[in-house]
Parts: sequence; structure tokens; C-alpha cells
Amino acid sequence: MSNGVYEIRRAKKRMGQKSKNAVVNGLIYFVLALLGILWILPIIYLLYTALRVTPDTGIINKLIPADLKLGFGNFYKLFKETMFKRWLGNTFFVAVCSCAITTLFILMVSYALSRMRFKARKPIMNIMLILGMFPGFMSMIAVYFILKAVNLNNSLVALILVYSAGAALSYYICKGFFDTIPRSLEEAAILDGASQFTILFRVTLPLAKPVIVYTVLTSFIAPWCDFIFVNTIINDANKYTVALGLYRLINSQNSSFNENFTVFCAGAVIVGVIVGALFMGMQRYYVEGVTSGSVK
Amino acid sequence: MNKIANAFRRFGHGVKQAVYDVVHGSVAVKLSCVIMGLGQMMRKQIIKGLIYLLIEAGFIAFMVLFGGKYLGYFFTGNLGTQLGGEIWNEAAGIYEYTSGENSFLILLYGVVSFILLIVFVTIWAMNVKGNVNNDKAIAEGKPVSTFKQDCSMLINRKFYLLLLVPPFAGLLVFTVMPLIFMILIAFTNYDYEHTPPGQLFNWVGFSTFGKLFSIGGGSGFLLVFLRVLAWTFIWAFFATFTNYFLGMILALMINKKGIRLKMLWRTLFVVAIAVPQFVTLLLMQKILDGDGILNVILGTNTRWLADTRYASLIPRVMIILVNMWIGIPYTILMCSGILMNIPSEMYEAGRLDGANPVQLFRKIVLPYMLHATGPYLITQFVGNINNFNVIWLLTGGGPVDNILYGAGSKAQSTDLLVTWLYRLTTDVNPQYNVASVIGIVIFVISAALSLITYNRSSSAKNEEDYQ
Repeated sequence: MSNGVYEIRRAKKRMGQKSKNAVVNGLIYFVLALLGILWILPIIYLLYTALRVTPDTGIINKLIPADLKLGFGNFYKLFKETMFKRWLGNTFFVAVCSCAITTLFILMVSYALSRMRFKARKPIMNIMLILGMFPGFMSMIAVYFILKAVNLNNSLVALILVYSAGAALSYYICKGFFDTIPRSLEEAAILDGASQFTILFRVTLPLAKPVIVYTVLTSFIAPWCDFIFVNTIINDANKYTVALGLYRLINSQNSSFNENFTVFCAGAVIVGVIVGALFMGMQRYYVEGVTSGSVK
Repeated sequence: MNKIANAFRRFGHGVKQAVYDVVHGSVAVKLSCVIMGLGQMMRKQIIKGLIYLLIEAGFIAFMVLFGGKYLGYFFTGNLGTQLGGEIWNEAAGIYEYTSGENSFLILLYGVVSFILLIVFVTIWAMNVKGNVNNDKAIAEGKPVSTFKQDCSMLINRKFYLLLLVPPFAGLLVFTVMPLIFMILIAFTNYDYEHTPPGQLFNWVGFSTFGKLFSIGGGSGFLLVFLRVLAWTFIWAFFATFTNYFLGMILALMINKKGIRLKMLWRTLFVVAIAVPQFVTLLLMQKILDGDGILNVILGTNTRWLADTRYASLIPRVMIILVNMWIGIPYTILMCSGILMNIPSEMYEAGRLDGANPVQLFRKIVLPYMLHATGPYLITQFVGNINNFNVIWLLTGGGPVDNILYGAGSKAQSTDLLVTWLYRLTTDVNPQYNVASVIGIVIFVISAALSLITYNRSSSAKNEEDYQ
């Protein structure tokens, strides 16, 4: 008898929990849907504006004007009337070169600091930690004048140098990954008479594929997104990267926001698709990257 | 402190030992102190010796022809005295135009020469040490190493040298040198009234620091500095913690058992990361503009990013909101990964003890997350103190606030220290010296915060755990 009452009570409780759970889940769905819309709306607005062709200059004073037309006119304008094609090429060139140098530098520094033991190792790591804490802008003006002194300002080479020369400072993630590779593998190779050089290429690098992909993608994406350095170093429209070019399209004296906003959006969509595709490829490694230093 | 003292002590011992080695060393060692590479050549290490000799010759040539002059300026205590202008040439009977001295280039070349001097001293020490080692080898009856052996050493025991030198050369030229240069600028009067070419600037000691940190009867920037500093910290606090906690809560919601379409929800947010930040920021800037679409939809005409009422409260709140749009997806992405790592036994144990969801969150999830992402949180905080992009591309530091802007400080109401620094260097009337002092202040703040984290983070202590 008492057992039966207990059973009924438990069943009632379970049902109560179930309905309570349903309410909670409903609330969660509501919040997620609301926020999801909030997050996706600006992107839809970007796409919509990029596709929006209005007969006049493109003044955005109504969300949906009576004579709304959609089409690829802005993309056409972007490639015909601005130097966007050139900016794309510049950015691609800078990205490929600086990505190659950056990846090489980061792998070199990480291997030396993670796999080898020498007297200056700890001091070097401390010095790099301190160097990384100075804001980049502080040195930017001086960098500009150094480049000017060797006649390199206003050139894409300067941009590549600036993006990749400081690469060594962001070695942490890569080193963290190298630290997790078992030492026994190397010891076996050393017993077989392999040099450190061989070990790097035959043992460590093949095992470090995820972190290499991560490094390559992050350093390839950086020039597409950087605005500050290119803004300081380059002032020749022929040498703009996409970020600076698009910025100047809507923020400069001789072109007003109203005239170029739709064209800007078209450019932004193209850059967004390129960077977005790369990012999606990197996503998995991103999580491993930022957490590898702490969660083990 | 002890560590630093120890480092100095060890350095002192090293120097003592080196002097002892040279004094008691062979002729080869002593010779190589004066003429690099000679000692090596005496021991038949011809190629190595020649390389050292060439380096020394090159260095001396550089110093005589170029660098020595600029190093000399450091000892004269000024950065040039000769202004450009027309000078009467007695012999030719005409006015000749001279370009005068350029303090900027004098300082820059001085720093370059100084760094080359340090690099040279390092190479010189390596050269002497090599000879001392040769002495030891001979004393032990071993042959000195051949060039081939030296090379194979470079891909074996000394491989790190080969690996570290190229990246460090890059760092030296593009990070260390500019930094030293900019730190030195903080001690000069380099501003719009002293801009070379045409004008000279000079050392002024700590007077620029004095200008930033004193009220000085209206000409000092202390009040402005404190206001910018306060906003920098308020911004960094809200930007970091809103993103962190709201992102975590959203990640928990998405990952909750029984919630369907997890992929859809996650993708909705992650798409926002895929759009480059400058695109998002410029887009938001236009959406929130006075003529922007938000006003069109709401039927208002508020200038969301330029409203000066209530101490610019509206722009400040908008910046933080836009930053949430950008930042929360990152937190979701990161937290999802970590949440999956929480051992399910921990939940079970909690549930058996009758904990409700809120308690589960407070006692299990939150401590676990804080432990796992503590260093990330502080890195984010420091990153936000230096978050140039969000402020610059949204408001450009504005709107102008007369109290701040007055007295020539040029600071505006949503300026962080970094954007203020940037404006001071790119303004029509630049004040490079004040900007450099601000840079040093930012460094001190970031360094203090980062060192605390670094010393506490497990990855620094346990780097050998998994080997």
C-alpha cells in the first residue's frame, strides 16, 4: 500500500518535471529564435543592400521603397567603376606571402622553444611575453619612418614585412600544441641517428597538422581584415587592400556615404564570403587553439 | 624580484669567468679579442675565421662612415643644433641653402647604430668564446672542430640558433627598434611645434610625463587622462563580461539536453564571426548613423553614435551592444567545446544530491568554466583595453566633448587610451611625445595584468606534463 502511494507520488513528480521542462525548453527556443534573428538581421540587411539597385544614387531613406529593384548592378559597378579587382589582387598577394613567412617563423620559434632545451630559452620566452604587451600602434609611426628611410613606404612588400616580421610573438598556441607531442618519439629518432633537422620534418611536423592548418588560415585571413597598418603605411589607391579600399569608399572627402553605400555592401559581401569560407574551415581548430593553453 | 637579482648575479659570474678565460687564455684568444677570427685562422678554421673578420670589417666601416656620428649624438645630449636655412658663403659670394639637421633621423639612426652595436658585441663574444673552447679542446688533446662539424652542429645540438635567428631579426627590426625609438620619444619635446624637417626637437627629461600627470593650471592633461582611463576600464569590463557570461548562457542553452536543431542555432551565431570585423563595424556604423536604417525603421532621428546628451551615454551603450554582437559568437564557439568536456558524472552526482539547474550552474558549470577559461578571460580584458578597431570604426572616438577636447588634449568622449594615442599621432597638430607616454602607460597596465595571468596559468607551469 505504502509502496503504491510512493510510486504514484513519483510518477506525479516526474510528470510535473516533464511539463516544467517543456516550459523551460519553450522559453529557451523563444530566446534562441529571437537572438538568432537579431544576429542574422544585419547580415540579411547587408545582402539586401548589396543586391538593391535603385535608379538614383542609392539613398537609403526607406527600408523598402516603392520602386525597389534587385540585381547585381552594385557588383558590376564595384568591378567597373572602382579598383576593387586590383585591391582583391593586392590583398591576395600580401596574404599569400605574409602567410608563408608567418607560418614558417611561428613553426621555427615554436619548435625551438618547445622541443629543444638551451640556456637562453626561459629568458627568451619572458622577453617575448613583455614585447607582446606593447600596443602595436605605439611602434607604428616609427615603423612607417623606418620604411620611408629605406624607400619602402607605399609598397606591398612593406605590408608583407609588417604583417610577418612580428609573427614570432604569437607562437603560444603552436608551442602549446608541440608541447603535447610525446618526447619518446624524438628519442627513438635520435637513437636512430636522426638530426634535429630531420626530426622537425619527419616527426614533429607530420604530427602537428591541425596546428599548422590553424596557423596558415589565421595568418592568411589577417591581411583581409587588417585596417590600421594598411591605413598608416599605404596612401596610394593602387596599393590598397580590400579593407582600406572599402573603408575609403564610404569614408572619404570626395565620396559620400549615400553614393557608395550599396557598392560598399557588394564589396563587403565578396570579402565576407572569402573570409567566411576560410573561417568555416578553421572553426574546429579555433576552439582547439584558444583552449589548448588551459584545458588539458 | 629575486629572479631578477639572480639573473644579474648569473650574468656577473659569466662576465667574471669570461675575463678570467681571456686573461689566462692563449695568444689565439687574446688576438681574437682585437681582430676577430684571427684566433680561428691560427687553428686552421679558415672559413669561420674569415666570416668573423668580414663581420668586423663591415661593422667598423659602418661605424666610421655612418653610425659613429649618430651614436655620438647620444653623448652630446642634444639631437642636432643646426637649423636649415641660407648661409652666406664668403668664398663664392652667394647664399647657400643647407638642409640643417633632422632630429628625427638623428634619433632613428642613433637607435639603429646602437642596436647594431649590441648585435656586434654579441657576435664578438661568440668569437672569443669559440677560441676559449678551442683552447680547452687542445688542452684535452682533442682536435678543434672543422667547418663541416660546425655546420652539422647547427642542425643538431645548436639547431635552435638556426631556427631562432631569422624570426628574431624580424622582431628586432620591426618591433624592438621601433619600440625603443618610441620610448625615447617620450623623453623629448617632439610635437607639432618641433617637427623636423625645418624644426628641431630635443631631450626634455620627464616633462611630458609631468604634462600628462598634472593639472598644471589648465595646461596639464591629468583630468582628461583620468576620464579616458576610467572609460577604458569601464569599457573593458563591460565588453569582456557581457560577452563572456551572455555567451556562456547561450552556449548552455544550445547544448542543453532536449534542445533540437543545435546545428542551426550554432550556425546562426557563427555566421556572424565569419564576416570580417571591419565589415561588421562599418555596416553597424552606417546602420546606426543619423540617416541610417535604424532611424528609418524606428521613425526617430537619434544619432546613435554621436549623441552628446547624458555624457555621451547613448554612443557608449551602443558601442558595447555592437561589441556584444561581434563577441558573443566567439564565446559560444569556445564554451561549446569546453562544456562538452565537463564529465557527465559531475552532473549526475549533483542531480542525485537534489541540486536544481541554477545550483548546478553555480556550483559545477561556472567553476569549471572559470578554471578552464580564466587566462582567456584576462587576455580578453587586456585585448579590450587595446581594442582599437571597435571604437575607431564605430565612433572614431567621438563625439567631441568640449571638456575633454579643451586644453589641446584632443581626447573625445568614447576614446580609449589607444585611440587617443592614435589621434595624437595622426592629428594635424600631432603630439608624438604625449602619445609615447600614453603608450608606456598602456604597456604598464597590460603588462601588470598579463603577468598575473601568465604566472597563474597552468600552461606556463606544466609545459612538460604531456611529453
